[in-house]
Amino acid sequence: MNKQEIDARFVSIRREAERRAEHRKREAIPTIYIVMSTCGLASGAAETKHAFEEALSHKGIQARIVPVGCLGHCYAEPLVVIDHPASGFPPICYHQVSAGRARVLVGSYLEEGDPVLEYVLGAMERSDLIPSVMDFPRFSLEQRLVMEHCGHIDPDDIYQYIALGGYSALARVLASEPAEIIHLIETSGLRGRGGAGFPTGRKWSLARASETGGNIAICNADEGDPGAYVDRTILESNPHQLLEGLAICAYAVGATQAIVYVRAEYPLAVQTVKRAIRSAKELSLLGPGILGTPFDLEVSVFEGSGAFVCGEETALIRSIEGRRGMPQHRPPYPVEKGLWGRPTVVNNVKTLSSLPSIVQKGGSWFRAIGTASSPGTAVFSVVGNVRHPGLVEIAMGTSLRTLIFDVCGGIPNKKSFKAVQIGGPSGGCLPESFLDTPIDFDSLRQAGAMMGSGGMVVMDEDSCMVDVARYFLDFTQKESCGKCTFCRIGTRHLLNILDRITKGDGRKEDVELLATLSEDIKNGSLCGLGKTAPNPVLTSLRFFLDEYEAHIKEKRCPALKCRSLTAYYIDLEKCARGCEVCVGCCPVEAIFTTRGRKKGIDQKLCVKCGECLVACPREYDAVVKVSPPGLAPIIERPPDEEKSVGGQG
Amino acid sequence: MVTIVVDTKEIQADDGKSVLQTCLEHGIFIPNLCFMKSREHPHASCRLCFVEIYGIDQPVTSCTERVREGLVVLTATARARRLQQAAFKLLMSAHHCRPKACPVRGGCQLIRIARHLKVGLNSQPLERLERAIDEEVDLGLFTYYPFRCVLCGRCVHVCRQRTGHNLLTFAGRGLKTVVALFGGGDLAAAPCRHCGACATVCPTGALVLKGEQGRAASADSSLRAPQIPPR
Ligand SMILES: Cc1cc2nc3c(=O)[nH]c(=O)nc-3n(C[C@H](O)[C@H](O)[C@H](O)COP(=O)(O)O)c2cc1C
Ligand code: SF4
Ligand code: SF4
Ligand code: FES
Repeated sequence: MNKQEIDARFVSIRREAERRAEHRKREAIPTIYIVMSTCGLASGAAETKHAFEEALSHKGIQARIVPVGCLGHCYAEPLVVIDHPASGFPPICYHQVSAGRARVLVGSYLEEGDPVLEYVLGAMERSDLIPSVMDFPRFSLEQRLVMEHCGHIDPDDIYQYIALGGYSALARVLASEPAEIIHLIETSGLRGRGGAGFPTGRKWSLARASETGGNIAICNADEGDPGAYVDRTILESNPHQLLEGLAICAYAVGATQAIVYVRAEYPLAVQTVKRAIRSAKELSLLGPGILGTPFDLEVSVFEGSGAFVCGEETALIRSIEGRRGMPQHRPPYPVEKGLWGRPTVVNNVKTLSSLPSIVQKGGSWFRAIGTASSPGTAVFSVVGNVRHPGLVEIAMGTSLRTLIFDVCGGIPNKKSFKAVQIGGPSGGCLPESFLDTPIDFDSLRQAGAMMGSGGMVVMDEDSCMVDVARYFLDFTQKESCGKCTFCRIGTRHLLNILDRITKGDGRKEDVELLATLSEDIKNGSLCGLGKTAPNPVLTSLRFFLDEYEAHIKEKRCPALKCRSLTAYYIDLEKCARGCEVCVGCCPVEAIFTTRGRKKGIDQKLCVKCGECLVACPREYDAVVKVSPPGLAPIIERPPDEEKSVGGQG
Repeated sequence: MVTIVVDTKEIQADDGKSVLQTCLEHGIFIPNLCFMKSREHPHASCRLCFVEIYGIDQPVTSCTERVREGLVVLTATARARRLQQAAFKLLMSAHHCRPKACPVRGGCQLIRIARHLKVGLNSQPLERLERAIDEEVDLGLFTYYPFRCVLCGRCVHVCRQRTGHNLLTFAGRGLKTVVALFGGGDLAAAPCRHCGACATVCPTGALVLKGEQGRAASADSSLRAPQIPPR
C-alpha cells in the first residue's frame, strides 16, 4: 500500500468532514455549544440544555444545540458558547448558565440581539466588541496540545475531529515504516504522562524488539488519584485524539490488538469511547485493514473495577486477565511479557493524545515546547483553594507560581498560600519557598513531589499539614493491594501515628518513628504505590515540621483544623446582650445564657462543628476558635440557667 | 555454572537461579517467607530477603535477583538488615504470637527469623495492630487463622499448582487482606481431602487441617515450609 493510495482514501473522508462543516456554516443559524462532560452535567448542564430546547421551541427560534466536552473551566460551569453569526458578535462564552439564564439568553440574545453582558465570560475570538477570553491569563498562559480540541467539538461526531485535522497523522503513519515512527517519538523526547515519565519511544522500541509476537497496546485510563479527573475529561471531550494516538502506538509497536482500560466509575467516558471506536471503525480508521492497508487493529474497552492500584501496569494487566489486581515484581516488564504473556505497551491517555500532533508537526516542534528534559505540556486538574479551579494545560517548565497565581487566579478569600500537593497520594506537599519550582518531571521529583497523573491540590493557611498527610495515608492504606508487608502493614502504622497526632495523643518519638517508617516503606515496598505512599508524610515532615511539633508538644493545631485540638468560645466583650442567633444553630444545645445575658459555650457539650462561628452576626464577631483548647476561658453555666437554654434571654 | 561471592564466600552457582535459592542451598540463610522454588515468577511479597548487590545502589530482594557471573552479594549490611528487620517488625505487629495456642511446634519460621535477626518476637517500637477481621475462619476441611497469616501466598500458589484450579485466593484490600476460598466455595467438595498441600506449606500455622494438631499434613517433604537456618 503506498502513500498515494492511503492519502486518496483519507482525503475522501476528510472531504466529507469539510463538506459537513461547510454546510453547518452556510446554514447560518445560531449554534449553542453546551459543555456536557461530567463536570458540566454535575453543575446542571442537562437542565440548561433542556431549558434552551424549550425556550427555542416556545419562541420558534431556529438554532442548533451541540453538546461538547470540557473546556477545563470548572469554576464557571455550566459553560455555554453561543455562536450567533447574524448578531454581528463573535462567538461568546457564557458562564454559570443555569436554566433561568438559558431562557434569558434565548429571549435577549437570540431573539433581540442583546448579548446580555452580565453573563458573559468573554468572546471566543478577538474583536472590538467584547473582551476576548484569549487575553485572560487562563487562556493566554495555557498552551493546549492534548486538550486542544476539548470543549470545541462534539465528542460523538467523528467528522468534527477530522475537519480539524484529526486522523491525518494516522494516515501519515500508515505510509511510513514503524521504525521511522519510533524514531520520531524518540527524537521528540516524549515522556510518559502516567506518572513515572518513562521515555515513550524507548518503551516502544523495547516492545518492538521482542520476538514473542502478538503485541498489545493498552491505554491506561484508570486514573485513581483522588481529585484527578484529567483523563476522564479527555475521554469525554475528545476520544478520537486518544484513539488516533493509540492506533499510532499500535502500528509503531506492531500490535494488532489495543485495549482502553477505563474505570467503570466513569460511565460517560466508557460510553463515549465505545461510541468513538464504533464510528472510527465505520470509516475504516480502526478495525481490520485500516484505510485499506494490511494493518488490522482491534480496539476494545475494558472496564476496571476502580481500584487505585489497578492503575499500576502489572496490576492492570492481571486485572484484564481476570485475576486479582496485584502488582508483580518487574522485570519482566510488560514490554517483554505482559498481557497473556505477550509484549505489551501500556501508555497513559495524555501520552497517547500527544502523539497525533507530534506526527503532524514533528519531533523538533515538540521539543521546542517545555523543557529540555521534559518536552511538551502538562495537564493538571487544579482543585482546592484557588479562585479558578479546573483543568489546565501548560508548557512544562512553567513555575508553580504562574500556574497557581496567574492561570488559576490565586487564593480566594484574602487567605494566604500555604502548600500545594502535587501528584496525589504518591506526591508531596511543597511550601511557598518552592513556588518557583518549574513543573517538569525532574524538578518536581527533586523537590520531593511527583508529576503523578495530574492531580494538584492548592491549600491555604487554614489547612493543617498533618491532617493533609493523614488524609492521603488513609487513602493509600485502604487502597494497598495487601500483597507486600511494607505497604500493607506499614502504611497503616503511618496512618495510626498521624491519627493520634491529630487527636492530641502524639508522642515525642512519633516524628522520628514516622520518618524511619516512611524511609523503610519507600525502600522496601514492591510496587510504586507503596514506594511513593510515604511521600506526603516525608514532605510535610520536611517542610512543616513545626506543625507536627506544635501538635505533639503543645497539643496545638496551628491551622485550627484538628477538632480534638481546638475549642470555640464566646468573647463576652463582643457578644451582644440579648442576641440569640447562635443558640438556635447549635446542634447539641451547648450554648447557654450567662448572668449578664450574654452567651457562653459549654465545653463539655460542644462538638466543635463551628456553626456558631458562622452564625454570629458579622458586626459582633464574638465567637472565637482557639488551639490548644485550654486557651478557651471557662465560662460557668449559671445553675439557674440550666433549664432556660435558648429561653427568655 | 558461574562464580559468585556471597559475604566473602565464593560459590559455584547455576546461572539464572535466584540469589535467594542459591544462598539457601549453600547454607547461607537469608530471611524469607514467600519464596518457593516451584514458582516461575517470585511472589516477592514478604520483603524479608533484602540483600545488597555490588553495583546496585539500593538493597534488593534476593528472591527476585538472578545469579550471573561475578555477582557480589552481601546479606547482612546495615541497610539490608534494616529492611529485613523492619519487614519482620511489621509482620509481627499484625501477627498474634500466642505460643501456647500455636499448632506450629518447634518449627515456626518467625521464631527462626527472629533468632537470625537477633530481634524479639514483639514489634517494638511499633504498636500491635488491631484489625476488624475474624479470629478464626472455617474453610470446610481447614481452619484459617487470619491473625497468624503473613500473606506469603504459598498456600494460594501451591493450590493452583496442585489442583490446577484456584480454590484459594486473596480477598480484601489493605490490612484487611486475607486468604479465602474462591467464590466462598466449600473445600469439602474439592480434592482437598487427599491433598492438604496448602496447610503443609504454610509457614505460620495460619491454615490448619481440621483435626491435625501440627501442620505436617502431607508426607511430601518437598512442600515443607521455607528453608530455615542451621542452628
Ligand atoms: C499505584 C499506581 C497507580 C498508577 N495509576 C496510574 C493511572 O491511573 N494512570 C496511568 O496512566 N498510570 C498510572 N500508573 C503508572 C503505570 O504503572 C504506568 O507506568 C503508566 O501507565 C505508563 O504509561 P506512560 O508511559 O504513558 O506514563 C500508576 C502507577 C502506580 C504505581
Ligand atoms: S506496594 Fe502496596 S500495592 Fe504495591 S504490591 Fe505492595 S501491598 Fe500491593
Ligand atoms: S495461610 Fe499460611 S501459607 Fe497461606 S498466605 Fe497465610 S501464612 Fe502464607
Ligand atoms: S522471599 Fe523474597 S520477598 Fe519474600
